[in-house]
Amino acid sequence: MKAFLILEDGTVFAGTSIGSKKEIISEIVFNTSMTGYLEVLTDPSYAGQAVVMTYPLIGNYGITPDIESKKAWPKGYIVRELSRLPSNFRCEGTLQDFLEKQDIPGIAGIDTRALTKMLREKGTMNGMITVNEDFDLKEILPKLKAYRMGDVVMEATCEVPYTLKGHGPKVALMDFGAKNNIARSLCKRGCEVTVYPASTLAADIIASAPDGIMLSNGPGDPEMCTTIIEEIKKLYETDIPIFAICLGHQLMALANGAKTYKLKYGHRGGNHPVKDLSNGRVYISSQNHGYAVDASTLSATVAKEAFVNVNDGTNEGFSYVGKNIFTVQFHPEACPGPQDSGYLFDRFMDMMKGVR
Amino acid sequence: MPRNKEIKKVLVIGSGPIVIGQAAEFDYAGTQACRSLKEEGLEVVLLNSNPATIMTDKDIADRVYIEPLTVEVVEQLILKEKPDSVLPTLGGQAALNLAMELDENGFLKRNNVRLIGTTSETIKKAEDRLEFKTTMEKIGEPCAASLVVESVEEGVRFAEKTGYPVVLRPAYTLGGSGGGIAKNRGQLVETLENGLRLSRVGQVLVERCIAGWKEIEYEVMRDGSGNCITVCNMENIDPVGVHTGDSIVVAPSQTLGDKEYQMLRTSALNIISELNITGGCNVQYALHPKSFEYCVIEVNPRVSRSSALASKATGYPIAKVAAKIALGYTLDEIKNAVTKKTYASFEPVLDYCVVKIPRLPFDKFISAKRTLTTQMKATGEVMSICDNFEGALMKAIRSLEQHVDSLMSYDYSNMAEDELIEELAVVDDRRIWKIAEALRRGISYDEIHEVTQIDKWFIDKIAILVEMEERLKNEPFTLELLREAKRMEFPDHVIAALSGKAAEEVCDMRYANGITAAYKMVDTCAAEFAAETPYYYSVYGSENEVEKTTGKKKVLVLGSGPIRIGQGIEFDFCSVHCTWAFSREGYETIIVNNNPETVSTDFDIADKLYFEPLTPEDVRSIVDLEKPDGAVVQFGGQTAIKLTESLMNMGVPILGTSAENVDAAEDRELFDAILEKCGIPRPAGGTVFTAEEAKRVANELGYPVLVRPSYVLGGQGMRIAINDHDIEEFIGIINQIAQDHPILVDKYLQGKEIEVDAVCDGDDILIPGIMEHIERAGIHSGDSISVYPAQSISEKTKGIIEDYTKKLAQSLHVIGLLNIQFIVCGEEVYVIEVNPRSSRTVPYISKVTGIPIVSLATKVIAGGKIKELGYTPGLAPEADYFAVKMPVFSFEKIRGADISLGPEMKSTGECLGIAKTFDEALYKAFLGAGIKLPKYKNMIITVRDEDKEKAVEIGQRFEKIGYRIFATRGTARAMKEAGVKANAVNKIEQESPNLMDLILGHKIDLVIDTPPQGAERAEDGFVIRRNAIETGVNVLTAIDTAEALIKSLENTNIRKLTLIDIAKI
Repeated sequence: MKAFLILEDGTVFAGTSIGSKKEIISEIVFNTSMTGYLEVLTDPSYAGQAVVMTYPLIGNYGITPDIESKKAWPKGYIVRELSRLPSNFRCEGTLQDFLEKQDIPGIAGIDTRALTKMLREKGTMNGMITVNEDFDLKEILPKLKAYRMGDVVMEATCEVPYTLKGHGPKVALMDFGAKNNIARSLCKRGCEVTVYPASTLAADIIASAPDGIMLSNGPGDPEMCTTIIEEIKKLYETDIPIFAICLGHQLMALANGAKTYKLKYGHRGGNHPVKDLSNGRVYISSQNHGYAVDASTLSATVAKEAFVNVNDGTNEGFSYVGKNIFTVQFHPEACPGPQDSGYLFDRFMDMMKGVR
Repeated sequence: MPRNKEIKKVLVIGSGPIVIGQAAEFDYAGTQACRSLKEEGLEVVLLNSNPATIMTDKDIADRVYIEPLTVEVVEQLILKEKPDSVLPTLGGQAALNLAMELDENGFLKRNNVRLIGTTSETIKKAEDRLEFKTTMEKIGEPCAASLVVESVEEGVRFAEKTGYPVVLRPAYTLGGSGGGIAKNRGQLVETLENGLRLSRVGQVLVERCIAGWKEIEYEVMRDGSGNCITVCNMENIDPVGVHTGDSIVVAPSQTLGDKEYQMLRTSALNIISELNITGGCNVQYALHPKSFEYCVIEVNPRVSRSSALASKATGYPIAKVAAKIALGYTLDEIKNAVTKKTYASFEPVLDYCVVKIPRLPFDKFISAKRTLTTQMKATGEVMSICDNFEGALMKAIRSLEQHVDSLMSYDYSNMAEDELIEELAVVDDRRIWKIAEALRRGISYDEIHEVTQIDKWFIDKIAILVEMEERLKNEPFTLELLREAKRMEFPDHVIAALSGKAAEEVCDMRYANGITAAYKMVDTCAAEFAAETPYYYSVYGSENEVEKTTGKKKVLVLGSGPIRIGQGIEFDFCSVHCTWAFSREGYETIIVNNNPETVSTDFDIADKLYFEPLTPEDVRSIVDLEKPDGAVVQFGGQTAIKLTESLMNMGVPILGTSAENVDAAEDRELFDAILEKCGIPRPAGGTVFTAEEAKRVANELGYPVLVRPSYVLGGQGMRIAINDHDIEEFIGIINQIAQDHPILVDKYLQGKEIEVDAVCDGDDILIPGIMEHIERAGIHSGDSISVYPAQSISEKTKGIIEDYTKKLAQSLHVIGLLNIQFIVCGEEVYVIEVNPRSSRTVPYISKVTGIPIVSLATKVIAGGKIKELGYTPGLAPEADYFAVKMPVFSFEKIRGADISLGPEMKSTGECLGIAKTFDEALYKAFLGAGIKLPKYKNMIITVRDEDKEKAVEIGQRFEKIGYRIFATRGTARAMKEAGVKANAVNKIEQESPNLMDLILGHKIDLVIDTPPQGAERAEDGFVIRRNAIETGVNVLTAIDTAEALIKSLENTNIRKLTLIDIAKI
């Protein structure tokens, strides 16, 4: 069946429908990872977005147990070619079936490189995926332009708190749309992790007396998370060690008066070099963010810039002055992507042990 | 970290002659590194014995030494040039081994010279089997159960404990020489004995066989601060068991999930960190197909063939970055030369699929076993890029230059099914064709996978191509179907043949409906950043990215495709210099080539690079888009020449010598007319199509005669026939491939062979020098020892040669280069071959005469005149140096190949000896070719009757320098009669002790075995020669070579070599 991708600037790509046949409008972003399509699909940070995979051959190893949350989050999925025969010893099914079951519509067989170049040149755009061949651009384009992502954090977070048992430090993980591997990375190090919904009050977290607090990744515009930011201010005031990733990193900065801004087309992939400013070392990181913190808006007395992106110099992390708090824009939990910065979880462990 | 300012003068060591396992990729790496060093203002001293390389040009390094790669030479060179540092990681195993020896013997330390790019500890940890294993154990990286053995007994004990099969890997050898899989005790003993002998340190690793696991490679980089990245990973379609150089490889990996991908990536980074490598490194893994279990197979602590492939596959210049790292820079300080926005610490990502197919030499070695093992046999490779795997595979297949263009090119349709399944189990270069046939028969994926262990994902991709064949055969020929077939890169003529149409019809239909190739850019970043490097590949059904360029005149330079015997790195040298020269003349340059190992496919050589097959259809798509003002075909060997007619049909002017004149040189009748007009004699001969005609011509001429097809390079199919029986056999072989042109039968003259390369501007010619071959006519010029200036011809003869060259160049209206081969019998000069194009000897003669003939020819093509360019027409004055070009062979790598020399070329590379005296030049050339004598001072002589007289004389001379001579009865008798104390030995078919026992007893330095001419030659002495080669004994099959060798050995006064800086010639 034919499918169409219509961009807000009026560009139309015609391809083949994959997955669900429903019509969606969303923001369109691209991801450059060559492996890990399943982790991308199940990363809650993609809530409200349709993802274009720049690698052209997707689904080669089918569906494996490597999922990062309970379901797939993107509103739409765009690929050059979906593999006809997945092959891997852990393969449990095809990506096509998965997309259908998850009710995610997609499009294959389009020039994904041309699309990526458009997004790069014009910046992230909104778009529609439809199987309706009789679409009317005049009617659709205003809708596309008007589309705004809603309060996606509240969609992506868990409903009730739950605990993953462990014998080590107790970590409170604020779930703004957390990837499973954050909790897994902590559990692997012996932590007992309690995952809290994003709406949880700081007072409740503090009352549970955790050894450390982890602020997770998540979707959407950080400045929209006004209530969460207020709660984070309270967490900042405590002496509990805090480690924050991605959205969590942005929210902590916002809680300290910084500004965030939308990147032209974001960083999404597994190949971005980030530099640890404390020692000059460069690590390849997994990234997925459309917004960044403007480091100049955060006073050096509050936080020191800890990491920067080697390519474009954007902020990649802070170390808070006089606090046991450090935050990173990239994803040390990987999945997908390189595991080079996994050592940051060890640093968090050390911080918690220091307090104990 | 900024660059280390203490480094001011660097010695870069190249990899020496091209042999299987160490080829053009090191010229690419070395050239890139030298340019990168010079960019930093450093003085670069270069050492490489290979004159055909670009790196040995005076434009590339400040001081250039084309000298043998021996410890003595490097030491002497260091004392002479006083570099402060040595960079050995870009010259393959050869350079690395030299560096190790210099370090171990304390020379570097004594002379305050540092190794940069690596340390000797690193080399040892990675290369020494035992140290490597210990290091891997220390960091918890698994290796297959294995044991380093120094004796056969140890090996057998280990294998009997772990169980067969076992894999054998000798330490410190290249291309896996002497390695293999042993399935039982007999095989183990045989291979292990051999491997122990070939290893520099007498060590062989015997390991648990992990054949059938997925073979995955990672190319990683690390800087002095410990930052590391992976450049690329690659998956071998052929599972573990086939050398990666002989495998079909795809980049990036296709069947690995992120878990597997990251697991191995992390492992590779751990390894490069533990080994403390600064620069590039290649790690090879075996990954269990049904679990996360993996083993590290091998680590190369240097740039390699795989890193050249990874560089071309991603656009990331590994050698260039490695050179910068060697100077102290960190990855985040080095700009990515492709994007000019990102840094070298940005890991490349691909938004396309790359397929590499090895180019195997079985067309040259018909008797060789085609089986692929852990010992590499490929002489070269092709790479292709597409946005789908099917298309990339199809493009790579037709890039191979071996009469294949689809999965139907090898026909197995007549094979019975059980036989086909048996064939599937044979791992050879035709396996994907067998799989295609199996799929056509409906054999299940499961069964094919069971037999081949190839992942089903790849089997399915082959099935998709086979299904397309069926659809084209059976379905209505719609535009949709055509579009889909083109998306998978089916060539028009294959589509036409399947759908029962004419190729033109398919082509017209395509153009009429806008189904044409679009070009995408290789940008290292999957379009995330705007890139500036015009490096392109074609796809169908996508938007074109190539920007229209106007203003400058555009020239299309056609490359020479994969390196194979007969068409080597020389033609890449010519293509690159031609491109540079056109660029200096103000042209916009466009290169088309498909060889990932070469300098010409580096993205900053031409203004635009199209990484594409060199077929008329593929070139036409580029021409449609670029509309070049002209094309040059004379520098890209036969591959480019073959495209002449098609280019003219596309309306592209051929720059330089016109197509008609190229034809006139190849077409027998036209050429004879020209010779007659010029009054130039040639050996009598005729043209034929059938064996009957050939026999008639041969009998008129009288045997022996030379038989060969027209339009070939490297003497392919050329034979000397001594009777009617031979004629029948040879014509039969030639006609196995349909011939468009007649077969040539010529009287065979056994005179001196003389060769010239010349530039002609339409009026005047310039001959840089006359070269003489040491071996008499009958041995291919590429396999002969070539001497400049010619030694044994008179001034008068030289005058005749100059005169003939001028007449021929003018009559053929040559604009640019031409190569002529003459035979001189007494004072008679005959022309045997004229090639109006660049030749194999061009780089060599340019370097030893100091006349840059490729750029000169290019200027002439662009309209310049020899006189105006500052040269005096005619034969250039002789240099006051002697230069000897020595062929180098890779016979030990190709099991079953006949090593005897003849009219068909067999060498893979060459080295140079240059000196003030002829004797020293000759000595250096033998030394450079790796002939190190004496060890045991025992030799075997067995020659054909015609050579007996000469053999006696040679025997006497060897005896004089202390050799014990063994000979078969006939030869021994002749020797004894002349007073040489020859020991008669039984032939192999006779009882022990015989020749074979002697050879296998490892007490022999040298075998001189000249086989009789004619078809029977293949069998006679074949076993002796093979066994000698495989036990590491030097074998000479031409009496003239033997004479040259003894001459060089007699000159014992050559102790200290004089080193000559080529840059000053």
